[in-house]
Amino acid sequence: MFYPQKHLLQIEGLQPPEIGDLLDLAESYVLLNRSGKTQRDLLRGRTLINLFFEDSTRTRTSFELAGKRLGADVINMSVSTSSVNKGETLLDTAATLNAMHCDLLVVRHGQSGAPRLLAEEVDAAVINAGDGTHEHPTQALLDALTIKRRKGRIAGLRVAICGDIAHSRVARSNIHLLTTLGAEVRLVGPPTLMPPEAALWGTTVFHDMKTALAGADIVMMLRLQRERMSRGPVPSEREYFRFWGLDFEKLAFAKDDALVMHPGPMNRGVEIDSAVADDPKRSVIREQVEMGVAVRMAVLDTLSRGHGRNAL
Amino acid sequence: MPSDTFFADVRIVADGIDVRGDLLVRDGLIADFGPSLGRPGGVSVIHEDGAVLCPGLVDMRVALGEPGFEYRETIASATAAASAGGITTLAALPDSQPAIDDPALAHLLIARGRETGAVTILPYGAVTRGCKGEELAEIGLLREAGAVAFTDGTRAIASTGLMRMALAYARGFGARIVQHPEDPSLARGGSATEGELAARLGLPAIPAAAEAILVARDIRLAALTGGAVHFAHVSTGEALSLIRRAKDEGVSVTCDTAPPYFDLNENAIGDYRTFVKLSPPLRREEERLAVVAGLADGTIDAIASDHQPRDADDKRLPFAQASAGGVGLATLLSVTLVRVHNGELSLGAAVSLLTSRPAALLGVNAGRIAKGAAADLCLFHPDRIWKVKSGTLPGKAQNTPFDGRALEGTVLGTWKAGRRVFGL
Repeated sequence: MFYPQKHLLQIEGLQPPEIGDLLDLAESYVLLNRSGKTQRDLLRGRTLINLFFEDSTRTRTSFELAGKRLGADVINMSVSTSSVNKGETLLDTAATLNAMHCDLLVVRHGQSGAPRLLAEEVDAAVINAGDGTHEHPTQALLDALTIKRRKGRIAGLRVAICGDIAHSRVARSNIHLLTTLGAEVRLVGPPTLMPPEAALWGTTVFHDMKTALAGADIVMMLRLQRERMSRGPVPSEREYFRFWGLDFEKLAFAKDDALVMHPGPMNRGVEIDSAVADDPKRSVIREQVEMGVAVRMAVLDTLSRGHGRNAL
Repeated sequence: MPSDTFFADVRIVADGIDVRGDLLVRDGLIADFGPSLGRPGGVSVIHEDGAVLCPGLVDMRVALGEPGFEYRETIASATAAASAGGITTLAALPDSQPAIDDPALAHLLIARGRETGAVTILPYGAVTRGCKGEELAEIGLLREAGAVAFTDGTRAIASTGLMRMALAYARGFGARIVQHPEDPSLARGGSATEGELAARLGLPAIPAAAEAILVARDIRLAALTGGAVHFAHVSTGEALSLIRRAKDEGVSVTCDTAPPYFDLNENAIGDYRTFVKLSPPLRREEERLAVVAGLADGTIDAIASDHQPRDADDKRLPFAQASAGGVGLATLLSVTLVRVHNGELSLGAAVSLLTSRPAALLGVNAGRIAKGAAADLCLFHPDRIWKVKSGTLPGKAQNTPFDGRALEGTVLGTWKAGRRVFGL
């Protein structure tokens, strides 16, 4: 184990061996989970707190399951953001958590950088479960694990990330991880949902799906938030689906064995056609969920060993 | 069934072409042209001493009365006026009722144009739903349905954030945003250009700078987004200076002007003549001269009629309450030829500003003379005189700002895909 960090706050800055270690460990958890031979007392006596300032079902459940499988005491705290004055309350929360002697803190927050602020204040190892439009590192790790298990590698693959790049923390974490491991990353979406100069992240930017998907090994769809639709950067759902929604017509431009991924929850008929999402030959969307638990077990396992002391 | 036509001994003028000779139309297409072709049998022969044959004009800014304002103009009456003006292709503004913000409406306009057999209607798509300036219209679907560019018509896109979004979004579809360049908060309620004349007449006024302010903003946004912006009916020297510089810097910016802005100045208002109440308002003489200079040096990419039909009820009101806008289809060519007669524009440059250059801007295959191209043609006599008289103009609306003006240059005939659709 070489993962040298105390926390997992972002993918940006991680080196290939660090990512590789996490993925290898996660892979072993996939096998253990399937055979039912998970070591159930690895985190016995440790406290894992899921601190969610934003609604989440699958990510929170996934961390909860991962913690419980490893024998940790798991506590879910949902904090409504509407009533809090963010900056100060976040630090108050940190003080409370320290008093509870929390070991592992999983944080989702609507503001980019909030987990880092917490990490500076708490004794626990902090895992970013999604912060604003910044990063969602465990999602990128589970996506990478899904790809690696299906394709046998990541280096050299052509991955198209499609949709609302500008507001997606999933996209950012995946861009960092995939480019770090040597994949060719293509971004495609309307110009109004593309960050300026996204090409500086080692990616190629497209606005036309058919061009972007040409020869792709992986087609990674992103969720389009409904609030982008009214008075926003996208005129309508039907227009979005016509030009950027994944259907078989557009998918035909990718490789014949291209895999379709989506971090969920899906807007069927907006960014993805149901027929594609549910096609067992192309869609690995359900497999992504299974990989999610394994990846989070690997992250909890690694961080609980406390090798590193420096926040990334 | 279009009959085959032979134009004998005419001056053929088009983009890059200026030859004296003949032109043969077969099956609706230009079969051949050049000096002494030799006249085939079984064709109708057209010859007029001293006449010029040019491509049918491409008018990139026309408000049709339809849908919604049929009391002002219909597609049929606008087509009659266009044909009489030598126009065979026109781009229709989308701020109708309903606005052209749905692909089905764009399809409808294209089909209605095809039905006329005389004019191709190119629909503009609305930038925003209902041209209300609030949220983006379905620019991609409209583009697929045939919208040539996007604009809110006579309404300026006021919000800077929305304009940025529109330019960026349309760029993904290779589409241009056409702006009515007038800061609405400065223009609200105004009916003439701010200055001594408006002050003396007691008219609510709009500073000429309202144009340059929006042009400057939108040039910055085009540079920021990489989008393409086109400014309609540019009427001030300051705006033209900004556009000239932006072009030099490689920003994707183009512009047109309309005949009133190089033929008239604010003095035409006279004793409150509402037919010359236009949007933007007529300017001072020095601005008119700047527009002429912009035409001559190529800064201005096209001349468009900015045809805005109004009826008597719209215009027979106190000046400030009267509706702005003038008809321009029938006078587009003749008023442009004034600049040729004055020696400020060559005939070839004038024809290009009315044909190939707007066609290129709109990305359509029109406005040129070439073997195999559709025989959309305009035959005119550059020197023959006529007098503009409201009440006798072709079409329904009669609100011409050029009422009483004697013009040198008369359209003799118009052909659409080889079929004669107008003839004196």
